[in-house]
Formats: sequence, structure tokens, C-alpha cells
Amino acid sequence: MRRRSIFLISVACFGYALLYMPIVSVVVYSFNASRLVTLWGGFSTRWYVSLLSDDKLLAAAFLSLRIAVVSATLATALGAIVALALHRVRRIPGRILLSGMITAPLVMPEIITGLSLLFLFISMASLIGWPASRGALTITIAHVTFSMAYVVVVVRSRLAVMDESLEEAAMDLGGRPLAVFFDVTVPMLLPALLSGWLLAFTLSLDDLVISSFVSGPGATTLPMLIFAKVKLGVTPDINAITTIIIGLVIVAVTTAGLVTNRRKAASA
Amino acid sequence: MGSGQHDPAAFLSQPCEHTRQVSAPAKKATDPQLWLRRALRMPYLWLLLFFLAPFLIILKISVAEPMIAQPPFSALLVWGAHGLQGIRATFENYSFLFRDGYYGIIVLSSLKMAAIGTVLCLLLGYPMAYFIARQPPRRRQMLLLAVILPFWISFLLRVYAWIGLLDNHGIINHALMSMGIIHKPLAMLYNDFAVYLGIVYSYLPFMILPLYSTLERLNVDLLDAAADLGARRWRAFVDVTLPLSMPGILGGCLLVFIPAVGEFTIPALLGGADTLMIGRVMWDEFFVSRDWPVASAVSVVLLLLLIAPILWFQHLQNREHEAGS
Amino acid sequence: MNEATPMVQIRGLSKHFDGVVAVNNVSLDIQRGELFAILGSSGCGKTTLLRMLAGFERPSSGQILIDGVDMTEAPPYERPVNLMFQSYALFPHMSVEGNVGYGLRKEGLPAAQIRERVAEMLALVKLDNLAARKPDKLSGGQQQRVALARALVKRPKLLLLDEPLAALDRKLREHTQFELANLQYQLGTTFVVVTHDQDEAMVLASRIAVMAEGRIAQVGTPAEVYEYPANRHVASFVGNINLIDGVVTDAGAGRATLRCEALNASLSVVCEDAPAAGAALCIAVRPEKITISRAAPEGQDRNVVKGVVRDLGYFGDQSLYRVRLSSGTVLQVSAQNLRRSASLTIEWDDEVYLSWEVASTIPLRS
Repeated sequence: MRRRSIFLISVACFGYALLYMPIVSVVVYSFNASRLVTLWGGFSTRWYVSLLSDDKLLAAAFLSLRIAVVSATLATALGAIVALALHRVRRIPGRILLSGMITAPLVMPEIITGLSLLFLFISMASLIGWPASRGALTITIAHVTFSMAYVVVVVRSRLAVMDESLEEAAMDLGGRPLAVFFDVTVPMLLPALLSGWLLAFTLSLDDLVISSFVSGPGATTLPMLIFAKVKLGVTPDINAITTIIIGLVIVAVTTAGLVTNRRKAASA
Repeated sequence: MGSGQHDPAAFLSQPCEHTRQVSAPAKKATDPQLWLRRALRMPYLWLLLFFLAPFLIILKISVAEPMIAQPPFSALLVWGAHGLQGIRATFENYSFLFRDGYYGIIVLSSLKMAAIGTVLCLLLGYPMAYFIARQPPRRRQMLLLAVILPFWISFLLRVYAWIGLLDNHGIINHALMSMGIIHKPLAMLYNDFAVYLGIVYSYLPFMILPLYSTLERLNVDLLDAAADLGARRWRAFVDVTLPLSMPGILGGCLLVFIPAVGEFTIPALLGGADTLMIGRVMWDEFFVSRDWPVASAVSVVLLLLLIAPILWFQHLQNREHEAGS
Repeated sequence: MNEATPMVQIRGLSKHFDGVVAVNNVSLDIQRGELFAILGSSGCGKTTLLRMLAGFERPSSGQILIDGVDMTEAPPYERPVNLMFQSYALFPHMSVEGNVGYGLRKEGLPAAQIRERVAEMLALVKLDNLAARKPDKLSGGQQQRVALARALVKRPKLLLLDEPLAALDRKLREHTQFELANLQYQLGTTFVVVTHDQDEAMVLASRIAVMAEGRIAQVGTPAEVYEYPANRHVASFVGNINLIDGVVTDAGAGRATLRCEALNASLSVVCEDAPAAGAALCIAVRPEKITISRAAPEGQDRNVVKGVVRDLGYFGDQSLYRVRLSSGTVLQVSAQNLRRSASLTIEWDDEVYLSWEVASTIPLRS
């Protein structure tokens, strides 16, 4: 038994090392004054400073953020409706089709999603003249389509454990259906809607493959730019971007953790 | 119950003032789900237009002939002066895929690489999930969070981070050489090894989470019962824990295998020129040779290959749901 | 509407769920100011009946009139009916005050009036000092009172209570049960309580409807339901009872004599329209109606059987005996321990006489 737990502990240590080693190394080397990975040229923030003057990169980051915010918001709204309908409405025309269309993007290879959407946009443009050009709009549409599926999963799992008598109570007290929805359902679903939004936001911000397919000239998202750069190897400014993103994630996760903890403490 | 200043009798004597007076016969009930059913139209249409339609278009293009035109393929429906005149479909693209052999090799190679990556992921993920599930609850939460946390950091950047570690002039080779363990850099980047590592690294959380949830639910008493009945620890594991955690093993493996087959980023960044994975080939087929019909046909074949594991996964999920409720 | 119209009239109400009958042709009148209980085991259709009264389920057939107005098709938010949920269903994101005021806000009352009525209601249920708390910071009993206040503040014509005391622990339940009955008496609102707990129904209600398999088995006051159960089901569901099958040997003049093989004895029963000789008749006796003694009992007009004490349970205030008769049948007997004594007068394996008044014997229609 003793020997086995040593085995387990060492495997776990190896696993966690595997998960965190690359992240840590990128963070450390983002402060390396030298351009070479192997050479420690002293502590420096020069790569961060050079980021600020990289207009192309800033534009890509801004475009990515804009697309992520819009697509996450739309995906959350649409996904919440689908989740609610699948949970509540007994007779949906083509229920199997709907639940198929909402689960398929979760397992669909990105490359196929990207390719098929591109073909759609091209066909639509030649048929009805819309969308006239590909760019931020088509990327947003693509992101909404696949991240909606993730929102549905998150919201449905919350709905499954929600006490439905809360809504009945509100209706019993005189709330009409729409009022009940905003007075009770939305506040109860809020944690799920928030995590669904965050998930959609992250997926959008992170997406390389689908964006590459449906984007057009002039619209380069941050992952597309990064990909173009890192195909040629390590570049210190990408290390700096990675570090910034890691910092943001840590801040977000800690805040989310604190909020849930406070809520738990409040309800204890 | 009533206190002095709040006289229940006074409460009673106040007129009942329901705003909706009931003296008139009540209206027919409005359907409380009416608005939801109406609202559903929007996402429904969205999915039909942006998910189903593109998929049908892929099918259509895969049976078209490549043409030097815009768009670069022939039309499926032939329209004449008197409406539809015929359907022009060809299976040339598919038969090309099978005749050519190149694509067959790539598909097999993708399946093989995804399968090996999945097995490696399981070999690392199972002990980790087992380890986490056996910790006290507070530490369990911490350790799980530590598994999930990297997921929130950009996938692309995490894959990129390995370049700096694995490169011939990278951190690992540098460290090994300066310690005198090796004298020549180990070739760890731009080959299949790097791709396997990338798959294990990227998909480890997807393996650990379903494994953890079955292992956590597993009753410790069962192990004690097995031990009580004379099973050695190892036998108890093989006879009890392993079979009972089978749903988690299958779930985790499918969750890794399905996306790994079509993976693009990992082979593109970490793989070598001879690393054949279908995602990467399709990318090249499309962006480099611009052969849309063949790219479409490859997509359809890839999807057909993935349908079986996807349905299996769905089946597992449904069973899990039923067991849960 | 005049005062004589019942507050609730249920006419031929049925509800099917995918071919399964949950409520089967129920007709029932509930008077104004009544505290009416619907009693039944789980799955008997009582909850479905309640949900149809509240408007959450649409009846498959039949009619519901509330205060003389047809409400069969009205949605919950248009009914002068409020429901106190078994889970209380308090909105976790609203304070006590917010919860209680919700219904009034939906009525669109002015804020000042809402504040006033909420304060009044909270005082009535003694929660005025907890108005700002969130529900999850309240004890079970306090939550129950918030739920009650929230349902009552709208001054419904009819208050429905779904297992109102089920979530409380035993001590609190006994206390709350009287408070609830008291509050109902003070307010005069019509209450309909749905419960599976016969004690709860007996203590609270002015009338009880016993439900079984989607139908109403009997409606009556608690005493009527207990002392004059209409059939076997009601008799065995409400309270403890000994059921004995027999065959009528002699009938007439409001009495019947029957031969009970199970007791190996002949018994008499007071029975208005007794079936003719030769017919089967089931009779029932409550354990507390039976006198247990070692000496042969005296007195007229009693049924007497003999047996041996097989089991006894001492509960302090009373003792329960299980007595086996020569035929093998076991009868339950309970006796109040009226005298203070450390030793029991009747012990295990004692030979005893069981006797009860003929008038205490309940004839049951099958």
C-alpha cells in the first residue's frame, strides 16, 4: 500500500509538472532580456514595452476582444433560449433535429465547421449578396454558432437541478410568464449564464481554425496573428502576450472563486 | 398568533382587493410557454442557417466537379429556361480519395495518432484521477481546479509554449546538456513525439474529469469488502475499481479521441513535415491547392469516421443521465 | 356571491397523464372559512388535485368553481388562490420582505401600501424583526412562516397548503400545527391542506377528504372519518384498527350477528341495513375500544373473545398489546395506564379476555 501511494504521488507530480511547466517557462522567459531561450540575459520588461508599440498586434487584440464580447453575448442569449425550450417545452417541432444541431458542434472537428461555414458565406454572397465581404461579422457568426452549444450544456445542467416550484410560486403570486422569467428564472440561472458567457468568450478569443477559414482580407484576429508568428518558432513578444493572458485568467478565476466563496459563506 | 396592535379581525374586514376581479368569467388560459416557443424560433433558424445549411453545402460540393471559376466547383442543379433540368453529381472526388491512397494513409495515420495519444492520456490521467479522488474533500477541490485552470489559458499559446521547451536550442535540451547527461541535442520538436506530447498535455483535463467523477462516486466500502473477502490490493483494483470505472474510462477516451482525430493546431505547431494528420492536410488542401470538392469529400469521410465514436459517446452520456436521475 | 355558495365547488374533475388516471371524477364542495384537509398516501392524486386548484395542471375533464366563478381554465396568476409549497419555494435572491411583497408588487399596488401590508403580515407571523434577512439565513420554522405570510398577504379567497408541516421536526410540528389552525380561525380564510399525515389532518381540519387511487373515499369531520369509516381503505388508513371478516348468521332490528372464523367466535354489530344471513361482512374495532382483562368481563351488549398476550409495548401513558386468539388471529389492543404502578397488571403469556361494546364495532362495506 505504501509503495502504491508513492507511485500515485509521483505520477500526479509528473502530471501537474506537465500541465504547468510550459506555462511557467513562458512566464519566466517573457522577462528575459535576451532574444534566445537558452540565454538568460537578465530581467527586462522590454518585450512588454514593444507590445504596446505593435499596432498590428494591438489591432488584432482589439478585434478579437470585440468579436469575443459580441459573440459570447449573443451565444449566451440564444443558448439560454434553446436550453430553456429543450427543458420546458414538451412539443418542439423537430426536437431531435434541434438537439442534434446543438450537440454536434461540441464534437465537430473545427476544420469542418470552418470549411462549411466558409462555403455557406460564399454561396450566400453569390445568391443574395450578403455577407458582401468576410471579416469581423462572419467570424462573429461562426463563433456564436459553435459557442452556443457550450452555453446550452452549461445552462441545461443548471436547469436540471433548479427547483421548479420557485417559478410556480412566482406565478401563483400573480406573476405573468414573462415577469416570472425575469423575476425568478434569470436570477436563478445567473451563475450558469455567467459561466456560459465566460466559456463562450474564452472559446471565441482562443479560436484559430474557424476564424482562419471565415475571415477575409483585413480581419486578422489575435490567434491568427500569433499563429503566423509562432509557426516560425519562439518569439519573445508572444511570451509577453501569453504572460498577460495568464495574469488575466488568474485574476478572473480568483475573483470568481472569491465571489462564490463569499456567496457560500453568506448562505452557510 | 396576532399581536395586540395587529388585529386579525381588522385584517379580515378589509375588502379583498384582487386586482383581477373574479366576478367576470376568467379568460382562457394563455399558454405560459408561448413566448418561449416564439423566442425559440430565433436560435432554431440560426442553427438551421449556420449549422445545418453549411453542412449540406459541404455534401453538395463534395459531389461537384472542380472548375476554374468563382466559386471553383460545378453546380449541383442545372437550371434551364424551363426550370430545373437535371442534377449533376459526381462521386469522382470520393473515388479519387480511395484510388489515390495518399488520403487513405493520412486518415489511417490520423486515427492511429489520435488513438496512441488517447492511450497515453489515459495512462497518465487514470492514476492522477485516482489520486485526486482519494484526497480529503478540500484538497480534492484544489487539485481539480489545478487540472482545469490551464484550460482557461489560450490553447494555442499553451501549445506554443512547448516549442520553447522542446526545441533543439530549447530549455530541456539546454538543461540536459549543461548537466552533461547528453552531448547532442535530443530531437524532440517537429516530430510525432512532440504531437503525442501535445495531445496528452492539451487533452489531459478532458480525460481526468470524467474519470474523477466515476472514481469519486465509487464506494470505498466496495474496496474494503473486497479486501475483507481476501483480495489483495492489486486484485481488488483489477476486480472492483477498474470494471466500475469503465464508464469514466470510455467517456474520457472518447472525449480525447474525437477531437484529436481532427486536430489542427498541435500537428501544425509541433509536428514535423512527415506528421500526417487529416486536419493539417485539409488546411493545406484548402489554403494551398484550393481544391474545394476534394476538401469537402475529405470532410465528409472524416465525419463518417467520427460518427461511430460520437454516437457511442452520446449513448454513454444518456446512460449517465438516466443513472443520475 | 351569496354566503351560502361554497367557496370551492369541484365537479366531476379528472386528470389523466398519458393515459394514467391521477384524479378520477372527483366532486367536492368546500365551504367558506373551512379548514379542509385532503388526506391520502403518496400517489393517491391529492397533489394533482391541489395543483389543479392552483392552476398548474389543466383538468382533463370537469370543472372548478371558486367563489361561484368558473376557474377551470384560468392560469395561476389570475386565480384568487395562493399556494404554500411543500418546499416553501422561497426566492433565495430576495429578502423576507421581498418575498412577502412579491405578490403585491405583481398586483401593482403603490409602494407605501405594499410596505404597510408586508409589515402587518410579518407582525402577524412574528417575523417583523427578520424582514431584511435572506431565506437561507432562517430556521426551518421561520421559513415556513415566511412562506405562509407570502401566500396570505395577497388575501386569497382560498389558501392551499401542500404538506405544510412535513419539513419541520416533530416538536416544532406540534407547536406549528396549533398556530396554523389558530391563524386560520382568526383570519377566516378558507384553507385547503394536503397531507399524508393523518394526525396532521385530524388536528388541523374541520373536515377531511380521504383520497385513494384518484377518488374521494370519504368526506367528513375528523371524528366521523375515525369513528365511522366508510370502507376498509379509510378504516385502515386513518388510525390503527383490527379488521375482521365474518359471515352474517342473523340480521334484523338494526343489528346483525355474524360468525367470524378468524376469531372462532360470534360477534354482534349495530348495523342499519344489515345484509341478509349468509352474506359476508367485514367489521372493524379500534384498539382503544377494546378492554383487556384477566377476569371475565361483566356488562351487557359486549363482544368477548379470549386470547394470550404475545407482545406488549409500554409507552408510559398507554400500553399496546398484541393478543393471539385460539384461532391464531392477532388483535391489537391499547389501554390507558390510569393507575400509577411500577408493575404491570397484565404480562406476557397471560391469558386474557378482550371485550368491546357492540356499539363500538364498525361494520364496513366492501
